[in-house]
Amino acid sequence: MSTDTIVLIGHGMVGQRFLEELAERGVTARSRVIVLAEEARPAYDRVRLTSYFSGVTPDELSLTPPGFAREHGIELLLSDPAESIDRAARTVTARSGRVIRYDTLVLATGSAPFVPPVEGRDAPGCFVYRTIEDLLAIEEWAKSDRTRSGVVVGGGLLGLEAAGALRGLGLDTHIVEFNPRLMPVQVDEGGGAALRRTVEEMGLTVHTGVGGQRIRTRAEDGAVSGMDLSDGSSVDAELVVFSAGVRPRDALARAAGLTVGERGGVAVDERCVSVSDPAVYAIGECALAADGRVYGLVAPGYEMAATAARAIAGQDGAAGFTGADTSTKLKLLGVDVASFGDAHGTADGALDVVYADSRSGVYKKLVIGPDGTLRGGVLVGDADAYGMLRPLTGSVPPAPPEQLVLPAGLAPPTALGPGALPDEAVICSCHNVTKGTIRAAVTDHACTSLPEVKKCTRAGTGCGSCVKVLGQLVNEELAAGGAEIDSGLCGCFAQTRRELYEIVLALRITGFRQLLDGHGREAARGGEGCEICKPAVASIIASLAPSIGAGGHVLDGEQAALQDTNDHFLANIQRNGSYSVVPRIPGGEITPEKLIVIGEVARDFGLYTKITGGQRIDLFGARVDQLPAIWGRLVDAGFESGHAYGKSLRTVKSCVGSTWCRYGVQDSVRMAIDLELRYRGLRSPHKLKSGVSGCARECAEAMGKDFGVIATANGWNLYVGGNGGATPRHADLLAQDLSDAELVRLIDRFLMFYIRTADRLERTSVWLERIEGGLDHVRDVVVHDSLGICAELEALMAAHVAGYRDEWAQVIEDPEKLRRFVSFVNAPDVPDPSVRFVPERGQSKPDLVLLSGPEIPVGGRV
Amino acid sequence: MAGERIEVRCGTGWVPVCAADGLVPGRGVAALLPDGRQIAVFTDRSGTAYAIGNRDPFTGAYVLSRGLLGSAGGRAFVASPLLKQRFDLRTGRCLDDDDPARSVPVHPVRVRPADTRA
Ligand code: SRM
Ligand SMILES: Cc1cc2nc3c(=O)[nH]c(=O)nc-3n(C[C@H](O)[C@H](O)[C@H](O)COP(=O)(O)OP(=O)(O)OC[C@H]3O[C@@H](n4cnc5c(N)ncnc54)[C@H](O)[C@@H]3O)c2cc1C
Ligand code: SF4
Ligand code: FES
Repeated sequence: MSTDTIVLIGHGMVGQRFLEELAERGVTARSRVIVLAEEARPAYDRVRLTSYFSGVTPDELSLTPPGFAREHGIELLLSDPAESIDRAARTVTARSGRVIRYDTLVLATGSAPFVPPVEGRDAPGCFVYRTIEDLLAIEEWAKSDRTRSGVVVGGGLLGLEAAGALRGLGLDTHIVEFNPRLMPVQVDEGGGAALRRTVEEMGLTVHTGVGGQRIRTRAEDGAVSGMDLSDGSSVDAELVVFSAGVRPRDALARAAGLTVGERGGVAVDERCVSVSDPAVYAIGECALAADGRVYGLVAPGYEMAATAARAIAGQDGAAGFTGADTSTKLKLLGVDVASFGDAHGTADGALDVVYADSRSGVYKKLVIGPDGTLRGGVLVGDADAYGMLRPLTGSVPPAPPEQLVLPAGLAPPTALGPGALPDEAVICSCHNVTKGTIRAAVTDHACTSLPEVKKCTRAGTGCGSCVKVLGQLVNEELAAGGAEIDSGLCGCFAQTRRELYEIVLALRITGFRQLLDGHGREAARGGEGCEICKPAVASIIASLAPSIGAGGHVLDGEQAALQDTNDHFLANIQRNGSYSVVPRIPGGEITPEKLIVIGEVARDFGLYTKITGGQRIDLFGARVDQLPAIWGRLVDAGFESGHAYGKSLRTVKSCVGSTWCRYGVQDSVRMAIDLELRYRGLRSPHKLKSGVSGCARECAEAMGKDFGVIATANGWNLYVGGNGGATPRHADLLAQDLSDAELVRLIDRFLMFYIRTADRLERTSVWLERIEGGLDHVRDVVVHDSLGICAELEALMAAHVAGYRDEWAQVIEDPEKLRRFVSFVNAPDVPDPSVRFVPERGQSKPDLVLLSGPEIPVGGRV
Repeated sequence: MAGERIEVRCGTGWVPVCAADGLVPGRGVAALLPDGRQIAVFTDRSGTAYAIGNRDPFTGAYVLSRGLLGSAGGRAFVASPLLKQRFDLRTGRCLDDDDPARSVPVHPVRVRPADTRA
């Protein structure tokens, strides 16, 4: 049999997936495959295009593995678009003049941004938002000093993404949307209003219900200077991005006489074959599917790619493409937006259940059919429930719909876990993976972890929005299968952190190797350990050091090899490899002289400064070789550097208290300073934070802290288990009206009990909820000494306090430790050329563009 | 012994990087090759040396030398200090991501008595 020739026009996301599907089915091995691509780069991830602006390089966006084409014998012709198709002769002519004969032709030309016919739309400064090249051009234009504001025409999904990008580039940004609300396709009026409020709060200007009418240009060079709107108003702007929807690129097909839809798109049947020519397929955004729709999302495109590949491979009989779910979940400008199923409630007799909180910008709507089935919904501001709700579409939910839209704290606990979903429920819509398939991955394919299931089923490897539910499902399935869920710390130790703590304390083990070789899992003994157990064991040894006779300093001997990079360099690593320094400012109290010193240090070393949320000042952008000199200056002025890294005490915030405040009843500043100095340097399972307020008005937010203290007329109240962060929790009252000494003693016991019994990376809030007996048990142990260990806990803390040394000062006094603070071991005087900065708002920020190249040569002009 | 030193291959020759006992087993250092490339050099507890490119392919930052060394199934790896992906020290492959674009270059490395000529 002579080999067939398959010609693919367009190497975008769907085109590449099609090639992979062909290769998987062995078609590339027996047929000649030629690809004509318009763009100069092989297929890349258009969905993640915007991540370019947060430092992802074009190479990292690539979807085409290096060597892919060669490996499968595919002829990939970049920068050579198809210009015409001759269906009678079965040839395609490319721009280069090349004429290629085909047996099968596949169109995957995607779509083109629609640019409304406004006057001046071709002026320099006008852009669309579709390709990497578009983004590079926008970035370049935005960099110019005269570009201060930008207008995005179109307030849909892509418009908002583009607006986010312009804002990120530092432009004053406007969004102009013709419809009366943002994201008109995905969300309803209420959702649009919630979205608008949040977007405006971020400083963007939103114009809805108006169109752009005319682009104004400058006389001297014809470049954009603004835009007149249909309501007579106008906006000044030096950059315009058109993002008013897309149109299928079907011109080639049209010219070749193939049937196209009234509103565009190459009309195909369920096998993705053109309705007018059995030798031509169309897939992705350029196709008008059998259900009469053109899909502008990648998941349906991938399904079409698979469908066409199956048909070409002769695997007929398999399901065709008859339509797809257009559910979406996105994070636009940091706001969660999701819509699924019949979001607009267009079906007969549908009713809405709505929860709206305009203050927090949350809007949730479920569309319920007359028979109680969930038809669809819209979630704005809080889309956590998306992963659960989407698969329930089409069935009667296991809990009343009202409960499903209430925020987590208000809803009664329901049994709405992934266990409630039927097997047919699609969990991952990007790759169309059902719950049944995921369960089978565990039961039949013996996957024992989330990463394995992801690899096996592809679920969770697209947009990522299903990963949370996926994780729950996998765990449930593992547990149901009786698989013993290994509670060991990591691959090296079968014990929990708590068990290791007991072993270290009882046997006075002072070295990691000793612990690993004596108590690690059989296979891990004699090995190196890993990045999970090394810092965890280092922390246990450090918090017990004085009591078990281990070396005191975190960088002593073998301990140096265990610490996380932050502890290793005693500062917090930043995204470009530089470090931050946060001088300790106990209680937030600081003299003018010391403030000046911080300012001088920052100025002399060119550090970016920012007031932190923890009442101190963070200095960013120090190279590793600069750290000792910075600490030296601080130590001379009576500071120590502080922990903003490390699992240890962070800050004890204070309010101004009785010394100045007319309401204060105790000296909260003094108490905060005392507590911070007492517990500084204490290593713990997770970080520890505290606050002391001078009265019940609680200006120090002590109830949001791991241990918080609030003054009363009679002394102090102690609260424990508070947390800010991702899952806030108010602290619980542990004891009331304590004297200074009682307070300190109780905190000593509480902290040491926590350090002893918590899991790795378990904040006090989570620990308190997890341990058996909860708060009551902890109170029994630390207040009533029910286990008889309080004396020991106090002794351990006393040893810590007595043994505390300023870790940073110790480094600058020790030439041995100082040696590691160089950028290069073989060139100690050369600073790392990859740590560079660019100016922003009068200070500096990391130069991420510099990091995007494959290698940065030293020397020459860097 | 007045020591051994670690050498890394660059082009056709071997470049001395540092004294072997200057490295803490389980911890790395960064070094600069004559051609301007940055590498991360490690030794494990058995004294075996490894050298890979210093650039973290996930963030672009030159930081792999500051990651923690570990082993799993007898193979040594380093975990990036930024986002914690693991890289096999012998093959440079990222153990958390099959994408070859996420792997790092590996450099031949040897431990030599300090008095031999490079
Ligand atoms: C600098 C600062 C932000 C700022 O500019 O204000 C900050 C910065 C970081 N925070 Fe924070 N947090 C800062 C105050 C807070 C606060 C507010 C507070 O302390 O009152 C919170 C909420 C309160 C809380 O922790 O309960 C906070 C909740 C978090 C969390 C979430 C913790 C949680 O339990 O959910 C993380 C992540 C983690 O620790 O796992 C985090 C992690 C981080 C890290 C350490 C992430 C990292 O490893 O790079 C950041 C590095 C700081 C650096 O490089 O110097 N940061 N972070 C604040 C430093 C305060 C200080 O002086 O020490
Ligand atoms: C900024 C942005 C964000 C997005 N976000 C999401 C999202 O979150 N979720 C989602 O599902 N979708 C999203 N999309 C849409 C998604 O990118 C598209 O659905 C997907 O890329 C469609 O794939 P395709 O292969 O059909 O088209 P494309 O990826 O556009 O590829 C078509 C290719 O064909 C080439 N071509 C056209 N004509 C010719 C010719 N004559 N000869 C040769 N080559 C030609 C084009 O140059 C292009 O490279 C987003 C799109 C953008 C621009
Ligand atoms: S908590 Fe009370 S004492 Fe402290 S500042 Fe606020 S009102 Fe004043
Ligand atoms: S739904 Fe997108 S990865 Fe699963």
